[in-house]
Amino acid sequence: MLRVENLVKVYPSGKTALHGCTLRLDGSDVLFVIGPSGSGKSTFIRCINRLVEPTEGQVFLDGVELTGLKRAGLRRQRRFMGMIFQEYNLVERLTVMENVLSGRLGYVSFTQAILRRFPQRDIDDAFQLLDRVGLTGYENHRADALSGGQRQRVGIARALIQHPKILLVDEPTSSLDPKTSRSIMRLIAELSKEHQLPAIINIHDVSLAQAFADRIVGLADGRIVFDGDPDKVNAATLSAIYGEEDWSKTIAHADEDNGNNNDNEAATAPADAAGVAG
Amino acid sequence: MNAAPHHDWRRHTRKQTLRRFAIELAIAMAVVWAATGLDIYWPFLWDAPPTVLDLARRMLPPDWSFFDNIVPPMIETVNIATLGTILAVFMAFPVAVISARNTTPNAATYWLGRLIVVSSRSVNELVWGLIMVVFFGPGALAGVAAIALRSVGFTAKLLAEAIEEIDRGQVEAIEASGASRPLVFLYGIVPQIMPAFWGVTVFRWDINIRQSSVIGLVGAGGIGIVLNSAMNLFRWDQVTVILIAIFAVVLVSETVSAALRAKYT
Amino acid sequence: MSAAPPPAPLPVPLGTPATGRTWRKPGFVENAWLRWGILLVLAAYLIYASAAVDLNVARMLRGLPRARDFLLQMFPPDFSRWDLLYTGVLESLQMAVFSTAIGSVLSIPIAIGAATNVAPRPIYLLCRGWISISRTFPEVIIAIFFVKAFGFGPFSGVLTLIVASTGFVGKMLAEDIEDIDNGQVEAIEATGAGWSKMLLYAVFPQVMPRLVGLVVYRLDINLRESTIIGIVGAGGIGGALFNSFLRYEYDFSLAILLVIIALVLVAEWASGVIRERIT
Repeated sequence: MLRVENLVKVYPSGKTALHGCTLRLDGSDVLFVIGPSGSGKSTFIRCINRLVEPTEGQVFLDGVELTGLKRAGLRRQRRFMGMIFQEYNLVERLTVMENVLSGRLGYVSFTQAILRRFPQRDIDDAFQLLDRVGLTGYENHRADALSGGQRQRVGIARALIQHPKILLVDEPTSSLDPKTSRSIMRLIAELSKEHQLPAIINIHDVSLAQAFADRIVGLADGRIVFDGDPDKVNAATLSAIYGEEDWSKTIAHADEDNGNNNDNEAATAPADAAGVAG
Repeated sequence: MNAAPHHDWRRHTRKQTLRRFAIELAIAMAVVWAATGLDIYWPFLWDAPPTVLDLARRMLPPDWSFFDNIVPPMIETVNIATLGTILAVFMAFPVAVISARNTTPNAATYWLGRLIVVSSRSVNELVWGLIMVVFFGPGALAGVAAIALRSVGFTAKLLAEAIEEIDRGQVEAIEASGASRPLVFLYGIVPQIMPAFWGVTVFRWDINIRQSSVIGLVGAGGIGIVLNSAMNLFRWDQVTVILIAIFAVVLVSETVSAALRAKYT
Repeated sequence: MSAAPPPAPLPVPLGTPATGRTWRKPGFVENAWLRWGILLVLAAYLIYASAAVDLNVARMLRGLPRARDFLLQMFPPDFSRWDLLYTGVLESLQMAVFSTAIGSVLSIPIAIGAATNVAPRPIYLLCRGWISISRTFPEVIIAIFFVKAFGFGPFSGVLTLIVASTGFVGKMLAEDIEDIDNGQVEAIEATGAGWSKMLLYAVFPQVMPRLVGLVVYRLDINLRESTIIGIVGAGGIGGALFNSFLRYEYDFSLAILLVIIALVLVAEWASGVIRERIT
């Protein structure tokens, strides 16, 4: 399905964000990438669909090497990767429906796009998805009139209407409150199962990751330092990812799966799960 | 211990005083240079108040019977401004795209865009009028072309600034869906610059109403032609009517423009 | 690369079956009749206005050969009469400097008079009236007016630029005076100071930096305008430009234009730099 080989990214400033990351993702696993801010999570996910151009290494999607493609070929492959963003990245001044349909822009002609005449099949899909994410009746609301959680639901619908082979999800909840974060994460996890879609989700909230993950990858300073089952995450692995700290409480909360207080902590002080202990 | 810093502080102040004095002296010298250099017979200044009073006497009362004659040229002035603005906006769009750093294809197109903006902006509408009269002959068409060419730079400059200030995230999201470049522009950028687009258009239209009352002086149509001939015939009572009409139309356009911009941007 | 697979329905049917609901982007006006009515009126106006100004492709095309001849005659620019150019530019520059100085000084009392918070009502109306008249009319119209009254030459030009400057600086400065911190005014009035001392100690210190900025900005604008109003006979390089057009000496016109553009750009740049440094 998705194969990442020895991915390296060096920014023009000279900062190395990724030091050769290798990863394989099959089936419909929901994979969470955890790690502190600046560990390269966002760069990693953007190197897969080449919103950020990798310096070295290869990415294969269903056997197609994305890293070798020219612009047109890359655009075609991007249709198969639905992306969900931290700041939602909806086109604020367009309606909810236009935002959802913008996921089909890889398939329609310029004339269709400018006249907003999308194929009826796309419109059926869009209505279904809006119903599924809980935004029935919102199609003609403008995106900038929605709450954060609602916007992210539109973002999810926009990614799914692409009929993707994989979901790339970049910190989908770090701009949301703990309760909304949980429901959004649950929605993404459920949809991934319903559609047999593998997903790569960046997150810095360890307990949220443990609650919904099939697999967790820990990234520290551009290197993969952990790759395994969520229940294999322990104090030692967290120390390897985030640095030395008393992790016992973080893990305990996750096991009980009622980590509201912990969610709260993570949402207000992202990237510093260590704060829980202090 | 106290004396030394006190001394330092005074010296600094003296330096500042000197600097101030130097600047003031330079300004005074520039003004004197300008005043003496000008080919003006200054005692003539004493004749100015009587001349103005005499003029005011001739201008009043306004010859309202002339009003009917200025309605068609006034409408023509508004038409010139409106059509000129519309043409300018169409031309400004591609210019704005190539003169915004984040949408221009390459350095050459960027500098081409900048060149168009600068030359359009730094040539006055009267000069554009002179040139367009050479191209199209006297009349309103030359006026429309002059107003359009003069407005392209202004409109494109402000639009390019709006393009440079867009939220990159919305564009990224559209790119991630695999859309082609024109579609990324259409969905990711155009909606974001629409408020600026309407604001700039209405603002420029307001400016153009004022400017198109002038271009008639070089034969490019509108109320300016009538104003020029009334002045050449020393019909000051008619001039008053024309000036009042220009004043009213400019005031109305200013109000309309301000109201539209307040409501929609 | 093989072609994209046909857009299949979503792999797993979602909760509700496809409804066949259609969707159209809602129009900018809710009511369809009103929307089409507005568009129709706009279209009708465009057709009428284009016809009224004789805006058509045929006429545009007829202009093309003349445009070509014009451009051919323009190049190369003729700088041989540089003395004429030099005197014209010098006169423009002197007109701009002198009228900015006088205009700025005159605009201070006008601005005070046009500020609601310091001026009595009748004075306010008088000053606002002056500002609104001098701002509404383009410089060129004021210039042609003075030329008819006082004859050709820089005197009319200087008067024009002074009038326009008082309108511009007066309006901006009056707004600044209206925006000042009233606490300082109260504090000075509380000491028993009269109106003039209040202006001196509470108002001027607050608006002084802005005034300097406005004057520099206006100098930039006056320089621009001083190169143009010569077209109607009010002195400066504009006269030479207009004459060159009348005599079909387009290569000289281009030389003058290039000098004007350079002057305008330098002035704009310098005024920007100065204003940035003082604010």
